[in-house]
Amino acid sequence: MTASTTAAPTPNRLTSHGTLSGRRRYTNLAATALIWAALAVASIPLGLLILWVARKGLPVLSWSYLTESIPTRSTSDAPGIGPAVVGTLITTALATAIAVPLGILGAIYLNEYGAESRLAQVIRFLANVLTGVPSIVMGLFIYTIWVVPLKGAGLTAFSGSLALAFLILPVIIRSTEEMLKLVPQTLREASLALGASRARTIVTVVLPAALPGITSGALLAVARAAGETAPVLFTVGFTNSINWNPFSGTNVTLAQLIFSNASAPYEGAQQRAYAAALTLIMLVLLLTVIARLVAARLTVR
Amino acid sequence: MTATATSPPAVPAAGRLTAKDKHLADRNFRYLALAAGLLVLVILALIIISTTRQAWPAFTSSGSKFFTSTRWAPSQGVFGSLTLVYGTFVASAIALVFAVPVSIGIALFLTEVAPRRARRPLSLVIDLLAAVPSVVFGLWGFIYLRPGLTVGYGRVADALEPIPVLNRLFANPVSGSSFFTAGLILALMITPIVTSLTREVLESVPSSQREAALALGATRWETIRSAVLPYGKGAIIASVMLGLGRAMGETIAVALVIGGGFQITANLFSSGNAMPAVIANQFGEASGTYRSALIGLGVALFVVTVVVNLIARTVIARSNRALGKVLL
Repeated sequence: MTASTTAAPTPNRLTSHGTLSGRRRYTNLAATALIWAALAVASIPLGLLILWVARKGLPVLSWSYLTESIPTRSTSDAPGIGPAVVGTLITTALATAIAVPLGILGAIYLNEYGAESRLAQVIRFLANVLTGVPSIVMGLFIYTIWVVPLKGAGLTAFSGSLALAFLILPVIIRSTEEMLKLVPQTLREASLALGASRARTIVTVVLPAALPGITSGALLAVARAAGETAPVLFTVGFTNSINWNPFSGTNVTLAQLIFSNASAPYEGAQQRAYAAALTLIMLVLLLTVIARLVAARLTVR
Repeated sequence: MTATATSPPAVPAAGRLTAKDKHLADRNFRYLALAAGLLVLVILALIIISTTRQAWPAFTSSGSKFFTSTRWAPSQGVFGSLTLVYGTFVASAIALVFAVPVSIGIALFLTEVAPRRARRPLSLVIDLLAAVPSVVFGLWGFIYLRPGLTVGYGRVADALEPIPVLNRLFANPVSGSSFFTAGLILALMITPIVTSLTREVLESVPSSQREAALALGATRWETIRSAVLPYGKGAIIASVMLGLGRAMGETIAVALVIGGGFQITANLFSSGNAMPAVIANQFGEASGTYRSALIGLGVALFVVTVVVNLIARTVIARSNRALGKVLL
């Protein structure tokens, strides 16, 4: 067996590189090593960052820290990021409630009705363009169209959630459309053949079949919304005490609190930033992992 | 998928068979879906109209100086954004220099090198990197990285002192918050998006391409270089441009680590500024023309990022229709 491999050039040369010239073997090894290194270059900072946030945040974080008000003086060492926790939950939930239904409906139009029509292609193209719009521009947009006309009453959690919703809407449209594409055409035909209307087919057959994928895509988008700072910076305002009302009064999010406290020269303010960073990163990573688990179940089926 | 396009004519037929109100509900649902689709169009149009209108006072008072002047002096009503445009491009360029080889490397790793079993946990790493909020990257860069980077920049600047060109790009005095720091953080932030787009491209390269190269006796690297990368070249360039668009619009992390200096300098280790960073840092204290100048920066940023996006999508559409479907 071994004699034949050395005697005649057989396909075995491919798997055992023993007969390759030194230079080719070296290049192949070096390239493979570089490709491995690229992975390390990306994973090491991620590991360092998560460990650092955990090390800084864990000693500070406690239940009361999560629920208490933010001290009015930033020099204060007193705990409290409660208003930011509440604000983040409210804005993210509202943004989800606005963007997910609209995104799914938009995707339904693109995949089930529009398909390859001119209008659908234009919408698909513009959805991609909208995905590329910087988040701060979305914040400025809601500021100019919603906050300014409402004068003082415009800075609310709802305004922030509008900016976040428009930010993730195109992402949800595109990811949902990809999932709807995967639903076998035969399912639709079977339903239509039974006399169900197009709308009924979509709601009772197509959507349920694509649900895990749609959920996964939506969760990833929501995770992104929860961590965004720029869109809420000019639309939500700031508050030191918990505000559960999304439609009235200013609010604050975790991301905003981190941003405003990051460069503060006071120990207390920085600790609140660390606590907020850990809370936010746990929330976002949790959403991402759940999204992946949902997606994994999808591929097993 | 073409079946989707051909089946709608069957709908009215099915509708006529059912009760009239059922037919109406069916049509309403269709219009509702269409309205949601059209919303995308409406939002884009409103972004342009609404922000440009608010920015108009600054555009008219500064004229072309808004983009050609380097002087940003809000207290005197002078708004020249050239230093900010420069900073945005320099930081993004640095980001690309680091992120592109790493991203392509990881994408190759995930598609060509990694054992099948290892691919899912590895792509989870990329997903997690993508999930870390911008502001957390900024906080980490500002507090954890900055002190070490200041020392490191100093050593590099000293070492490169005698070498021409390089001693201009990496020079003393160094600042821990600088174009370079912003570029490094941006590189981390755009690596996931460039990686996942590149990966989709590589995955859609037909395996016959690889098999042909392997059958000719090529090593793994020779296969990648001669068959995989050339096939996906156009689409990979487009992925990089989409990453560039992302880097230019990235706000909060850059606002925290770029330093805040208003200057055009070759020294990448010095403090600078960028369009989105200035908007985020100064909006709270601004009013009147000042505020509309900041919104004007937003308009400029919007135009630049949309143009970069459009070019990327044109490149991909021209280069390869099959791969175009992957990214478009």
